[in-house]
Amino acid sequence: MKDDYMVRKSIIFFLFIFFLCQITGCDREVSPNIVKISYWEKWTGFEGEAMQAVVDLFNSREIKNKGGKIIQVDMITVSQLDRRLLTATAGGNPPDVAGIWTWLLTIYADKGALLDLNGYLEESGITKEHYLPVFWEICKYKDKIWGLPSTPASVALHWNKRLFREAGLDPNVPPRTIQQLDLMAEKLTRIKLPNQEGTISFYELRKKENYQALLAEAKIVQMGFLPSEPGWWPWSWGYWFGGKLWNGKETVTADEFENVKAYGWVKSYSMKYGVDNIKKFSSSFGVFASPQNAFLSSKVAMVSQGVWMYNFIDKYATGMDWGAAPFPSDEGKLKDVSYIEADVLTIPKGAKHPDEAFQFISFVNTQEAMELLCDGQRKFTPLREVSEDFYRNHKNPYIRMFRKLAESSNAFITPKMVIWQEYQREMSFAYEKIRDLKSQPKDALKEVKRAMQRRLDRELAISRRLEEAK
Amino acid sequence: MTREEKRNLFKGLLFTSPWLIGISVFIIYPFIASCYYSFCYYSVLQPPRFIGLLNYKDLFTDPIFWKSLWNTFYYAAFMIPLGFVMCLGLAMLLNTKVRGMAFYRLIFFIPSLVPMVAGSILWMWIFNGEYGLLNNFLTKIGIPNPPNWLMDVNFAKPAIIIMSLWALGQTIVIYLASLQDVPVSFLEVAELDGANWFGKLRHVTIPMISPVIYFNVVMGIIASFQVFAQAYIMTGGGPQRSTTFYTLYLYQTAFEDFRMGYASAMAWILFIIILILTLLVTHFSRERVYYHGG
Repeated sequence: MKDDYMVRKSIIFFLFIFFLCQITGCDREVSPNIVKISYWEKWTGFEGEAMQAVVDLFNSREIKNKGGKIIQVDMITVSQLDRRLLTATAGGNPPDVAGIWTWLLTIYADKGALLDLNGYLEESGITKEHYLPVFWEICKYKDKIWGLPSTPASVALHWNKRLFREAGLDPNVPPRTIQQLDLMAEKLTRIKLPNQEGTISFYELRKKENYQALLAEAKIVQMGFLPSEPGWWPWSWGYWFGGKLWNGKETVTADEFENVKAYGWVKSYSMKYGVDNIKKFSSSFGVFASPQNAFLSSKVAMVSQGVWMYNFIDKYATGMDWGAAPFPSDEGKLKDVSYIEADVLTIPKGAKHPDEAFQFISFVNTQEAMELLCDGQRKFTPLREVSEDFYRNHKNPYIRMFRKLAESSNAFITPKMVIWQEYQREMSFAYEKIRDLKSQPKDALKEVKRAMQRRLDRELAISRRLEEAK
Repeated sequence: MTREEKRNLFKGLLFTSPWLIGISVFIIYPFIASCYYSFCYYSVLQPPRFIGLLNYKDLFTDPIFWKSLWNTFYYAAFMIPLGFVMCLGLAMLLNTKVRGMAFYRLIFFIPSLVPMVAGSILWMWIFNGEYGLLNNFLTKIGIPNPPNWLMDVNFAKPAIIIMSLWALGQTIVIYLASLQDVPVSFLEVAELDGANWFGKLRHVTIPMISPVIYFNVVMGIIASFQVFAQAYIMTGGGPQRSTTFYTLYLYQTAFEDFRMGYASAMAWILFIIILILTLLVTHFSRERVYYHGG
């Protein structure tokens, strides 16, 4: 009798849990006149707030879908978005809009996990003429458009004017060639010799006969430039020397002459200043977003950084006297070389409200919303049309220069390869080997080429096989 | 089966159903599915396509696979014996009768309560080449140029081993409990027979705690071959892939490169390696492990 009571009690308990799960489900429509769409984004802090302002603006306009229902966007900040999006998409329950990185766009588009936007674009009248060409290119994969940009970025040389002055350099004249950069870096690098008061510049130290022996005992206290700082794009140095990492089709070109030359330049820093000296010096850097950041704490005088750097200068090194200019190329042969990135708004396959999702994405890509977003995030806009007010009110004094870099014919983007993550990792390890003088640039890059060509061939062969099977 | 038996069976199944469902959904299904996926081209975003033994064939010619396997064996080869000696040694020290023993036991157990991420970040600072506590100490005791631990190819793996040894509090507690189970009478008899400290350890203590040693060695093998978080957080697999451990490479392949089929093949190879090592340990310890009960 008692057992039966227990069984009944357990069944009631399980039913209660089941009921609870049902009522807390997240796909309920709030009101019959409203369509709620979910939007996953990776931003936090002021960047998240800037996007939230755009979402609020969209919601306040009460834009209607084709069925006459009001669309309301629910933005959720998601950490490790790539992984969560993977499981959500595979599980058939993705968000309606996902704000992703461009490398992810390539993989998702290749695997058919995104909705191609071409139909929507035709209908809405949004064309490539609306954007700077590089951003249209970023959203393209195999001749189709898979997303539209949210905020863009370009990378430039940032320099510390105070340190320039202290080194006897003109603070308003940045280097125009890699060779000038190297020479300025020597003048900006300060060395502390053992048992001696004060510091000496590397440029002066180099004039001494036994400078290498002195350097082995010395300690670097400030550096003019360091190819490893911040070390986020160790694969990219070849582009400033005229190199490329693949031919856009089936050939990996990691070991081409220009790339070998670029990594020879990386190696020259280790040869010049000493691997151990640099490593010890680098150990003193704090994390990027902190006052102990190498550039913000005036430990490194010049860095290659993105348009976002202004925000960090503003927050952690208020009052810093700094400048930004295009990062110089080898012998100044190429003008305005820059790495261009963008965050991209996409509609994952399986999204429940794709039409409404596109209405929101196209709203973000109106001049009004885009300028609100990019001003909030202190970036430039990827759209061709820009209002004068946008530039006038913009806090970053070099914003026009960053935008100009995105317009340059020498601007480059993340290679649109399915194996990009592996390629990038492989390049990082090759970079470490070269930097630590464990391998010659040519050998290390040959190794990368061999491994990645093999991977690319395999990937292409499998996708051909699958294509045929279809 | 009588009606009563049927009812009992139903009740039994009902009460064990959460576990049965859990093990089927979270263990048995993924186990079987991963075996199938290891023979497939599978990105998770698309349905798996059968490609036969291609993943396994590719693995054996993948230099990173071999490198990661070597790194993991290196780690295990140091971690298992060092862990054993250190844990047993500390447990024996903590088993002595001195004042304030509870405090000492607490001190050694606390690190295992620190979350792996927090512990890893803490150790990144300890290993810092310029300002790290460890190098500061080494310089003070007269070692002029201590290594830049996590940035040096030769010292990154030892650094991770040192960090892992720090967090072995739970194993120490298991050894401690087993040491307290060793009958005092046996030790007294050995003492009467003229055994010294080492003799008692060799002939009484170790045989008496042999099942626990066996258990900890097997768990140590499994844990060593699954070393992941420290390298993921502290080094990202570098410098120059010196800390790309097997599971780190597996994770990168599955979740960064979207090659779940390849990663599944890697997981199965890892399973077979651990299985073989466990069977070997079981085989060689059969004669040496003593169970009180029979």
